[in-house]
Amino acid sequence: MSREKMITLRINGRNEETSVPPHRTLLEALRELGHVEVKSGCEKGDCGTCAVLVDGIALDSCLTLAWMAEGREITTVSGLGEGDAPHPLQQAFSDGGGIQCGYCTPGMIIAAKSMIDRNPDPSEDDIRIGLSGNLCRCTGYTKIFEAVTEAASVMRARGAS
Amino acid sequence: MTKVDHATQPAPANVEFSQVGKRLTRTDAPGKAAGKTPFAGDYVMPGMLHVKVVRADIASARLRRLDVSKARALQGVVCVITAADLPDRMVATDIPGQTGQKRLDTDQQILVRERVRYFGEPLALIAAETRDIAEQAMELVEFELEPTPGVYDPEEALKPGAPIVQGTDNVVAQHKIKKGDVEAGFAEADVIVENTFKTPFQEHAFLEPEVGLAWIDENDVVNIRVSTQVIEHFRAVADAIDVPHNKVRIRGAMIGGGFGGKEDMTVELYLALLAKQTQRPVRLEYTREDSFVGHGKRHPFKLTYRTGVTNEGKITAVDVQIIADSGAYVFLSPYVLLYAAVAAPGPYRVDNLNVYARAVATNNMFTSAFRGFGGLQACAAYEQQMDEVAKAIGMDRIEFRRRNFLKSGEPISTGFIPPSAIWTDQCVEKAWAALGEPTPARGPIKIGQGIAAYQQSYGRLTFLHDTSEAWVGVEMDGTVVVRSGVTDIGAGQTSALGQIAVEVLGVTLENVVIYNSDSAVTPLAGTTTATRALYMTGNATKMAAEAVRERLVERAAKEFGVDPDEVDMAFNAVFVIDNPDKSMTFIELVRICALEGIHRSELAMFRAPFSGYLDPETGQGQAHPDYTYGAHAIEVSVDTDTGEVKVLKSIAAHDVGQCINPAAVEGQIEGGAQNGQGYALSEEMLYEEGRLVTPSFSEYLMPTSMDVPKVECIILESRSGIGPFGAKGIGEPAMTPVAPAIANAVADAIGVRVHEMPITPERIVKAMRDAAFQLDRGAHREE
Repeated sequence: MSREKMITLRINGRNEETSVPPHRTLLEALRELGHVEVKSGCEKGDCGTCAVLVDGIALDSCLTLAWMAEGREITTVSGLGEGDAPHPLQQAFSDGGGIQCGYCTPGMIIAAKSMIDRNPDPSEDDIRIGLSGNLCRCTGYTKIFEAVTEAASVMRARGAS
Repeated sequence: MTKVDHATQPAPANVEFSQVGKRLTRTDAPGKAAGKTPFAGDYVMPGMLHVKVVRADIASARLRRLDVSKARALQGVVCVITAADLPDRMVATDIPGQTGQKRLDTDQQILVRERVRYFGEPLALIAAETRDIAEQAMELVEFELEPTPGVYDPEEALKPGAPIVQGTDNVVAQHKIKKGDVEAGFAEADVIVENTFKTPFQEHAFLEPEVGLAWIDENDVVNIRVSTQVIEHFRAVADAIDVPHNKVRIRGAMIGGGFGGKEDMTVELYLALLAKQTQRPVRLEYTREDSFVGHGKRHPFKLTYRTGVTNEGKITAVDVQIIADSGAYVFLSPYVLLYAAVAAPGPYRVDNLNVYARAVATNNMFTSAFRGFGGLQACAAYEQQMDEVAKAIGMDRIEFRRRNFLKSGEPISTGFIPPSAIWTDQCVEKAWAALGEPTPARGPIKIGQGIAAYQQSYGRLTFLHDTSEAWVGVEMDGTVVVRSGVTDIGAGQTSALGQIAVEVLGVTLENVVIYNSDSAVTPLAGTTTATRALYMTGNATKMAAEAVRERLVERAAKEFGVDPDEVDMAFNAVFVIDNPDKSMTFIELVRICALEGIHRSELAMFRAPFSGYLDPETGQGQAHPDYTYGAHAIEVSVDTDTGEVKVLKSIAAHDVGQCINPAAVEGQIEGGAQNGQGYALSEEMLYEEGRLVTPSFSEYLMPTSMDVPKVECIILESRSGIGPFGAKGIGEPAMTPVAPAIANAVADAIGVRVHEMPITPERIVKAMRDAAFQLDRGAHREE
C-alpha cells in the first residue's frame, strides 16, 4: 500500500485536513471530506461534471491529484453565493429551467463562473466555448446558455461576482 | 381510497389556471443549483464496504475456470461472490413492477455459471474495506474463458446453423399487424417505393453512473438506496434473494438522468446479495466504462419499407419488415418491438398495412428501454420513407404528408381510435413555416431542410393494467404535502405533481413539499418510464387533491351559507365566486376543518384503461392509452468535401395537450433535440465481435455545447389528452422525430440518402461518391 500523507485543503474558505495516498484525486478527496456537491461523471476528464474552481479557474477535479491542490483556493458550487442567498448563476439556472436532472449542474455552474470572471459580457459563442468541456444530457444546452447570459448580466449590474 | 376507472374528462376550454400552465421555478431546482440535493451516490454509512464487479472480456465463451481464492485471501477483502455461491438463483428481467404477469424464459443468470453470452457479463462480485482494495482484488480473480462461436448480426443469427444465444432459433419476439388487403393496395398503386433503413445502438449516457448503497436494518429489511427509474424492482430483488416482498425496501433519490437506462435493474441485486452475505452496508458505483458495458442499449433496427402510392399522393399500401437486435438477453425487447410495430405506419392513414417484426438474440450487448422505445426507430424509417415516396411521385414532401395525415377520430394501425385530438397537420405547418428560407449555400457547403412528423404513445401498454397512487394532505398551517412513489429523472416529475396539487387546492407552489420514491413509505406510483409519470401519477395526484378540495369547499360553503359550487379557492384564499366579500384565508378554513375532524388528506389510485392482448395474427386491438403527435423541422449545412454536418436550425412543434409547466415542457423538447441529434449524426457504439471499443465519452460522441443550435419550441395545447387537465406526455415524443428530420435535411442538402445512422462524415462522403459513380456509369450506358 502506498504511504499516506496529511494535507491541508482550503475549501470554500475553510481549511480542512485529510490524509491521502499520492494517487488520490481531488475529486475523491473532496467527496470523502463530505463535499458531495462535487459530482463524479467519468473520472477521465471527458464530462466536466466534477469541475471545481482552483484559484478561480475551473478544473476537472478528477484529473487533479489531491496533494497538488494544497495551498490553493478550492471553490465548489456550494461555496458560491453569500450565506443563504444564491449566486446569480444558481438563481438563473434555477429560475430559467437550466436544470433538469441536476447532476451536471455543479460543474456547469463552476465552468460558467470561471468564464464570466474572465469575460463579464460573454457572447453566445463565448458561452458555448466556455462550457464545451461540460456535458449535459438532459437540457440540450439552450436554457443553460440563456441562464449564463442572464446571470452575467445580473453580475455586471451588481459590479461584482 | 378513491378508485376511478379513467379520467376521460378534458378540462373545459379557456379555463383559467392559477398555478398550472405557469412558468414556475421547479420545486427541485434551487436545491440542485446550490449543490444541496443528495443523489444516490452521496450517501455513505459507517462500516460501509466498497463493491466491484468482475466482468467477462469475451462475448461468447464457456467459463472453464473461475478461481477467487487469491482475491478472498487479500487483506481487506470481506466477501467475494460467484455463481457457485448462488445455487439456482435467477433474476427476472421482465417488465418491472407489474401485476405479476410474467413472460416465460426471460429470467437471467445473476452471475455467469457456465456460459458467457455478452462482453461484460458479470462473473464475480467483490466487497472490500476500501475501493482501492476492491480494485486490487479484481486483478486477483483468475478465470479462463474458452471462446465459443458467437453471432453478432441478427440476420446471421436467423440463418440455419447459426449459434443459438436464446431459445431454439434466436427469435425472442415477433409481432404482426395486418389490416385491409395489402396486395390489393399495391395493385392500386401507381408507384411502389422500397427502402431499407438501419438505426444504431445508442448509449443513454446519463451523467450519473449507476450507483447504490444497501444495508440490512433492525427489522431484517434489505434497504437499497439507488439511482433507479423503478423502485418497484424491490419485488424482483426479493424474489431473487429469496425473502418476502415486504423485506426489501428501495429508496430512490433524485436521479442523475435515466432515459430508459435505469429502467431495468442495475446494481440493486448485487448490493442486496452482498448486504445479506456480509450483514454490512455495501456501496457500488459503476465507473463510466462499467456503465457503458453494464446496462442495456437502444435496439439497432433494420427496417424495410415498401409503400404503394398513387400519382395523386394517396398511400394505398404499406409493408414493413423489421428486425431488431435484442442482444444476449431478452429484457424488454418484446415490448420495444411491439411499440415499433404499432408505430410502423406513422401518423398516417394506412388502410392496407402489413407489419412483420422480429427481435433476434445475438452476442451483442443486450438491448432494452431507451427514450422512444421502438416507436422512435420506426419513425426514423417511416419519415425518411415519406420523403423518398414524395420524391418518387414528384410531390412536395409537406403536401404529400398532408394528404395522408391521420385525423382526429380515425383509427391507428391497430384499429384503435385515440381518444384525443390529432394535430399533426398544425404541428407540421407551424414547424415548417418557422424554419423559413434556407441559409444560402456557399461553395462546397450545401444547405438542406427536413421535416419529420410522428405518433408516440404515452402511458404503458394497456394489457399491463397499469395503476398509480398518490396521497395529498393539508397540514394545519395550510401547507400541502404530496406523497407518491414516483421517481424523478430530472424532467420535473415531482414538481409537476406539486403544481397539480396546489392548483386544485387553490394555494401556491411554495406551499407544497413532495415526498417521493420510497417503496415502503410513499404510495406506489409505478415506474417513471413510458412517458407515463405525468399522465398516471398526475391524474392520481389530481384525484387525491380534488377529494380533499371537495371536503374543504363543502365546509366553506356551510360557513358562507351558499352551495359548494358557488365557492372557489385560489392564491391561498377561499371565496364566494359572485360575492368576493364573503371570503376567508385557506389557513382559516383548514383550521376549522382540523377542529371538526374533517379529513384533510386522501390516497387515490388512478387506473389506465385496461385491455387484453392484441390479436396475435392481426395485431388489432388497443395497445396504449393514447398518443402524442407533433413534428420537428431541421436545417443543416453539409460540407460536401469533408462530410461534416452542422445543424443550423431546430424547430419543434408538439401538441402537448396542456402544459403543466411550459419551461419543463421546453426542457424536454430541447433535450430531446440534442439526444436525437447525437443519434442521427455522431453517437456510435463500435463493437468488434461483441466487444465495445468505444466505452468513454471521448470515443462515444454526444453533442456538446459547440454542436447544438438553440431549439425553437412551438407548443400547441389541444387540451384533449387523458392526462391531468387534458395533458399529453412529451418525454419520449420530444426525441422521436428529431433524427429523421436531420436525415431528411441531409438528403435534401446533398441529393443522396444515407440509409444508415449515424450519418457520419464517412458515410456521407461514401454515399456521394457512390452516387457520382452510379451517375457516371449511367451516363456511359446512355452513350
